[in-house]
Amino acid sequence: MSYLSITDADREAMLEAIGVSSVDELFEQVPPGVRLGRELDVPPALGEAELARHVEELAARNVHTGAELSFLGAGVYDHYVPAVVDVVLSRGEFLTAYTPYQPEMSQGVLQAIFEYQTVICELTGMDVSNASGYDGCTVAADATFMAKHARPDRTRVVLAETVSPQVRQVVKTYARGFGLEVVEVPHDGGTTDPDRVAAAAQDAAAVLFQQPSFLGCLEPAPELAEAATEAGALAIAHVDPMSLGVLEAPGAYGASIAIGEGQAAGNWPSYGGPHYGFLAARSDFIRRMPGRIVGETLDADDRRAFVLTLQTREQHIRREKATSNITTNQTLLGLAGLATLSWLGPAGLREVGESCLALAAYAHERVPLEPAFDAPAFKEVAFRTPMPAREVVRRARERGVHPGYALGRDYQGMDDVLLVSVTERRTVEDVDRLAEVLEEVCS
Amino acid sequence: MSAELPFHEPGRAWPPAPLIFERSRSGRRAGRPPRPDLPVPELPDGLRRKRPPRLPELSEPELVRHFTALADRTFGVDTGFYPLGSCTMKHNPRVHERLASLPGFRDLHPHQEDEAAQGALELMWRLQEILAEIAGLPAVTLQPAAGSQGELTGLMLMRAYFADRGEERDTIITADTAHGTNPASVTMAGYKLEKVETDARGNLDLDDLRGKVDERTAGLMLTNPSTLGLFDEGIEEVARIFHDAGALLYYDGANLNAVVGRSRPGDMGFDIVHYNLHKTFSQPHGGGGPGGGPVAVRDTIEPFLPVPRVVRDGDAFRLDSDHPKTIGRVRGFAGPFGVFVRSYAYMRAYGPALREMSETAVLNANYVLARLKDVYDLPYDRHCMHEFVLSARGLKREHGVTALDVAKRLMDYGIHPPTIYFPLVVPEALMIEPTETEPKERLDEFVDAMRAIAREAAESPDVLHEAPHGRPVRRLDEVRAAKQPVVRYSFDDDPALVG
Repeated sequence: MSYLSITDADREAMLEAIGVSSVDELFEQVPPGVRLGRELDVPPALGEAELARHVEELAARNVHTGAELSFLGAGVYDHYVPAVVDVVLSRGEFLTAYTPYQPEMSQGVLQAIFEYQTVICELTGMDVSNASGYDGCTVAADATFMAKHARPDRTRVVLAETVSPQVRQVVKTYARGFGLEVVEVPHDGGTTDPDRVAAAAQDAAAVLFQQPSFLGCLEPAPELAEAATEAGALAIAHVDPMSLGVLEAPGAYGASIAIGEGQAAGNWPSYGGPHYGFLAARSDFIRRMPGRIVGETLDADDRRAFVLTLQTREQHIRREKATSNITTNQTLLGLAGLATLSWLGPAGLREVGESCLALAAYAHERVPLEPAFDAPAFKEVAFRTPMPAREVVRRARERGVHPGYALGRDYQGMDDVLLVSVTERRTVEDVDRLAEVLEEVCS
Repeated sequence: MSAELPFHEPGRAWPPAPLIFERSRSGRRAGRPPRPDLPVPELPDGLRRKRPPRLPELSEPELVRHFTALADRTFGVDTGFYPLGSCTMKHNPRVHERLASLPGFRDLHPHQEDEAAQGALELMWRLQEILAEIAGLPAVTLQPAAGSQGELTGLMLMRAYFADRGEERDTIITADTAHGTNPASVTMAGYKLEKVETDARGNLDLDDLRGKVDERTAGLMLTNPSTLGLFDEGIEEVARIFHDAGALLYYDGANLNAVVGRSRPGDMGFDIVHYNLHKTFSQPHGGGGPGGGPVAVRDTIEPFLPVPRVVRDGDAFRLDSDHPKTIGRVRGFAGPFGVFVRSYAYMRAYGPALREMSETAVLNANYVLARLKDVYDLPYDRHCMHEFVLSARGLKREHGVTALDVAKRLMDYGIHPPTIYFPLVVPEALMIEPTETEPKERLDEFVDAMRAIAREAAESPDVLHEAPHGRPVRRLDEVRAAKQPVVRYSFDDDPALVG
């Protein structure tokens, strides 16, 4: 099968118009020494029906969240994705357009990005948002790059150990090129001590913390932001968008930059992507923002119109002096986020948050295991297991329940800690079933 | 307004498209999330949200109408011809959307145990194998999220490779025709930038290059064919110059759509290659993303690839992070998996006929070039590869009509403009990439429109200066947008919405 549209007769006419006798002539500019003189060694072509069957067979070999009762979270969450998202994702105009370089052709997608930016600013309490980053990990690296330029005399970045391990790994990978040293602040009972942050932040460009923390605990976020700011570092808050109907906005407690993984708001788990990362900041940082930003302006008839703006920050204008190299981003996934958050509205988002709080508290009480930490939870609770948590996962999965994430995969000394995640899609009965299974497999 | 608008729909009315916040009414709602019959615990005072976010409040019918109205004001490949140079705006098969939405993929949690994700891991492993064969290089990481992240990953790999060998090299060379992402990635990776010029045939200037490559050079970043749409005829000598100096070659895969099955970057001498799955392998561009930017490398660089990697043990597949020399992780999880499903399906649909994909892309581009080069300036008079660059400098000199005017006027003919003012080495550049999926009739319509516009430039240049005439808005005041940035809705003038 192919998706080509040129007939044999077309080809003859086109070759004649070009003035060559074959397509081979067009490839004569490729030196003979670098031509591939054979057929590609790849699997044979499939028609659409055979292709669908082959790929469906691969999909059927995965155990998805509908096939077992799952309490897996740890960065990717099973929140409900409303059907209105399908309206956005299935429209060919959104799906098959590219970056809106020509605003007259792209007012719809530009307006949608402007609305997305507004929603992210409202969630986070910030003044400016970009059009999205790759994911919740890379926006953290972007934010540290902003901090490096905002605090050019400082060479360190402080990460709370309670920040997602993958986020920290990505920041460390990028930091070498930025010339930044990464310092990590260990947790105390699942949360981060503001005094420790204050000490580490003395000569740091930025402090990155996560609310709720990767360990499921509510951090003293206002105190952490204050400790960073008082030390002259930028406070970067990594937040869960679905928590922001009930948890305070980073802008309200003094963070300079708010970032996060958008997946929970409108994207399916999809084995890790594509999702969107969001990045919003106070207006002081508007000219240091990475990536696309849409602005409002007027057209020649004084009508409201939208356009990519502040492009002198960007790689195609500023080249080696750009604020980032990002070009292709995650627009379509961000628009799914806009649709989801608009479908929820302020009341729905608050209700999702309350359902998470209530179910997490219920799991805390109902699960027959010792909670690993004392701090209050949002939607994830860590429990001590009487055997390695990975063994608990294995045994529970045999009973049709995925009980959560074994924190020993990332944290030394936590081989016996299981992180259980709930969303509004879990029920009281689901948590009861989890409790039963954990009782069986742990005793 | 001119009367000669052969493809224009005159008088198309564009209904107003209020902002979603302007459609909002306090107390209206669509979604009602489940609420368990449980008490909601109190939050500590400092952590509880005081002022709710002013999210839109709409019913579902109004939400659907809103997004439908915005889609109507957006032009995609599904709408019409979209020859945006260097972006490879080809058709996106719809079966891909169906396959990426299979519950076994869409609802698969990335922390799921490897044994419960064998189908996903096998798909990724098979994709790596096909990509390796296309590049002519043995090892692949799928992790990078897009082309520019692939570039940055490639530069990090160079850094790790030289550090491991105890060599200090601090400079990367790029062509003067390079995409802006190349120099931006060089800076983010902590390297210095050196530029090399293009010669009169559109190849890298070898004399200029020889004077710039030395023991401080870490490597070259090159797009081949270049952003001029020309294959570098001296590529073997270019590779020799860098390898003789102990440096590496990085292939920017933005233009890979020209040469799949015809020539392989590994055979050209490149050591590190990135692919743009959203260009060559038909991940839909999504209004700006998502993309996918896998990277392939020579065996000497394989130990440094990002983790986790997808490996095969007999009949089983697993994620493997046990690589002590790795540069680390560059994004979350193992990469944008949904993109992999689509690109894998695309490759499996073609099989070895991927070569015909590239051949047809080159045929289409050369056909359009042949039919336009008598009315627009052609800076490098050669056959092109999958795209070509014309210049409107003649129209500008004779009629005061610019590349921007031509681009805006194309909109009135129902065609998305090409990339303009890039590459920077060509004045008044119009960079045109038709792609292989377009039929001859669409190419002919484009040629007719471009020729008509050249005539209009002579006869009625004001029609061009004032174009477009048939879109929802006319030209925008971009200076105002940048000088007085309004980057979010202000609720001030909407008392019903002030929270």
